[in-house]
Amino acid sequence: MKNIQADAVQTALNTFKGQQIYVHFELTNGAYAAYRHGKFQASGGFVRNARVNVLHGKISGDDPFRVGLKTEDGWIFAEGLTAFEEKANESLYLYGLDEQGKLSVALQLSTVPFEEGVDTT
Amino acid sequence: MNQERHILLLFPHPDDETFSAAGTVMMHKKKHGTKVTVASLTLGEMGRNWGNPPVANRETLPLVRREEMANASEVMGVDEIRHLGYRDKTLEFEELDTVAAHLKEVIMDVNPSLVITFYPGLSIHPDHDATGAAVVEAMKRIPENERPKLHTKAIDARSVEEIGEPDIEYDIGDWMDRKLEAIAAHESQMQEVTAITKQKLAEGDEDTEAWIRYEQFWIYEL
Ligand SMILES: [Zn+2]
Repeated sequence: MKNIQADAVQTALNTFKGQQIYVHFELTNGAYAAYRHGKFQASGGFVRNARVNVLHGKISGDDPFRVGLKTEDGWIFAEGLTAFEEKANESLYLYGLDEQGKLSVALQLSTVPFEEGVDTT
Repeated sequence: MNQERHILLLFPHPDDETFSAAGTVMMHKKKHGTKVTVASLTLGEMGRNWGNPPVANRETLPLVRREEMANASEVMGVDEIRHLGYRDKTLEFEELDTVAAHLKEVIMDVNPSLVITFYPGLSIHPDHDATGAAVVEAMKRIPENERPKLHTKAIDARSVEEIGEPDIEYDIGDWMDRKLEAIAAHESQMQEVTAITKQKLAEGDEDTEAWIRYEQFWIYEL
């Protein structure tokens, strides 16, 4: 995992142009994040293996970064992105990590589906 | 301390077993040679902590946590580890009936004298509560004469108010260092906790000591 380099991310985003891809998108403040008015309040959510057809994608901003993907049926947007990992011509993982290294946002794009169940052996 | 033939820990995330019962397990083993099986419903795939600097990403985290759980189990002297193949954060949305049937099979197969899990409704995290509820349902389906005992861990601040004082409290005294070692083995999750806990113990902080030292359980009457 590396700090985001906008050029490298843009290059990776370009490879998804016109392709059908799988998306893992996630926002979280952690299940133990907040007690509000003495009551526990977590916010977040995830989508795993949503399929979209990408028209184009762009990276914008300056650490933290924003990424937007225009898709055939709508949009995907994420902000607060700081780190990335890529596998050439297959996947691009974009993450927002806070000062302690805790995840706050994840946008993973891949031409192959993400693993679902877990190997129980 | 009652003699147990075989303890089965049923928890949703790698590290729950360590926090809840590391000392209990090690004491039973030392005293009575109790066999111990740990079954983890998920691999904590959705954890927010990946280490700092990160040692995992969203896709590799389950592999890292599986390894960490094996390391912690080694410290505790666990005999057998089972992974039950559910996904972190999704347990409460599975069909209770399906999970209970699966857990009943696991319990029957392991054939323990004691099962330890979370107390449903008083365990803060939805996966914890869902696990407790599914274990209770699974136990109800086991004929009474074959049914192991059920001890539960409640961690909500309201627990004593709601269900009274714990029925069992083990002072794990001499085993605290090894428990801390087992907690530290969950490295990607526990860097911060381990550092803070060690510092507070060194400063003689009584709450922190009590938190590590006394393992409390409520006997669940089915
Ligand atoms: Zn847990």
